[in-house]
Amino acid sequence: MNINLTLIGQTITFFIFVFFCWKFVWPALIAVMQEREQKIAEGLQAAERADKDLELAQKKVGEQLTEAKKQASEIVEQANKRAIQLVDEAKDQAKVEADRIIVAAKAEIEQEANRAKEELRGKVGALAIAGAEKILGQSVDAKSHNDLVNKLAAEL
Amino acid sequence: MAGEQTSTEYIQHHLQNWTYGKLPEGYTRYDGEVLTESTWVSAHSSQEAKDMGFSAVHVDTLGWSIFLGALFIFIFSRVAKKATADTPSGLQSFVELVVSFVDNTVKDTFHYKNSMIAPMGLTIFCWVFIMNAMDLIPVDWIPHFVANVIVGDPHFYFKVVPTTDPNATLGMAVGVFLLMIFFSIKQKGAVGFIKELTFHPFSPPTKGLGVLLAPVLIAINFILETVSLIAKPISLGLRLFGNLYAGEMIFILIAIMFGAGFLLGLFAGVLQWAWAVFHILVITLQAFVFMVLTTVYMAMAHDNHDEH
Repeated sequence: MNINLTLIGQTITFFIFVFFCWKFVWPALIAVMQEREQKIAEGLQAAERADKDLELAQKKVGEQLTEAKKQASEIVEQANKRAIQLVDEAKDQAKVEADRIIVAAKAEIEQEANRAKEELRGKVGALAIAGAEKILGQSVDAKSHNDLVNKLAAEL
Repeated sequence: MAGEQTSTEYIQHHLQNWTYGKLPEGYTRYDGEVLTESTWVSAHSSQEAKDMGFSAVHVDTLGWSIFLGALFIFIFSRVAKKATADTPSGLQSFVELVVSFVDNTVKDTFHYKNSMIAPMGLTIFCWVFIMNAMDLIPVDWIPHFVANVIVGDPHFYFKVVPTTDPNATLGMAVGVFLLMIFFSIKQKGAVGFIKELTFHPFSPPTKGLGVLLAPVLIAINFILETVSLIAKPISLGLRLFGNLYAGEMIFILIAIMFGAGFLLGLFAGVLQWAWAVFHILVITLQAFVFMVLTTVYMAMAHDNHDEH
């Protein structure tokens, strides 16, 4: 329990250890700990950013999806319209064609009828004369009765 | 317990350091030998150790404290060298736990810019803790082993716990004290330091008749401040010493019982275990207190009164 040189020795030892710890131990450990702290902070930040990015991407995806749906429905609608239009056009064309055919047919029929009338008219004159000759028992002078016959024929 | 010793001898033997010192010329040693000239020898009795005076060294105290401090430095610097910022290994996370604990404690009390204080806190905490922890090794194991097996002299003095030697604790306290004065002068200048010692707590009047009182007040201030300044390292060292010395003493008293029959020996075993468990608290607390008080004293040394 005597105080002696040990005290001074202990003081010197104390300074040596403190100095060593101050210069070689402490800075390395603190640096590593701070580096890890920073790493963790960065990691957390990155995670947060990624979260935000994901949210943004999902939002974008949603928007694009609705946009695509809209476009699709528009296209379908347009196609439908076009189809109706095509059908209508076809209908119109068909009608026009049909009309044209009908008109042509009518014209032909009329022509045919006219020709038949003309033919009939000629034949009717001859028939009328033949009939009259039979009724009168003599030949009818075609010349003298020509006017009468023509009148008759014209009445037909 | 060493055979034929009485209890008193046993206790005294345990409380004596391995002292290597200079005995003066004409000194009569324990075996009647008279020294013809002053010589450096290992003390063979407490009386011899006492008579060596100041020029003696406690080899066990210094040896153990250097060994344990080196152990601390070795482990921590090894970890520091290998340390990675990635997932730390077991030992590294333990070391980091201690470092961040000390760092937070120091930051709580010390608000000035000085990169030395926190490492010093770490050194003190770990070093004192390991030195105190030697107290948990049963009191006879190492001394007996060293005395009987290595040295071959059962009378050989060998103490294991450096902090039960006031030289060790006061030595560290003196180191702290020197740093206190160094930082005080560095922060406030020599004049500021002297002012601090003489102008507080009673600031001497500068006007009127009161000026006559000024020298008296300065003298009173100087006495008060010097006493409080010197009391700091002494209380710091003696607190640690007292706690550990008392703990060691109780371990020794319990150890005496081991030689007193089977039942008492068993009882002593239980007691020793209980006291050791309790002592873990004392060990940690005293190491912590030494660190915190050192930090507080350093903060006081940095504190400049003139600024506020």
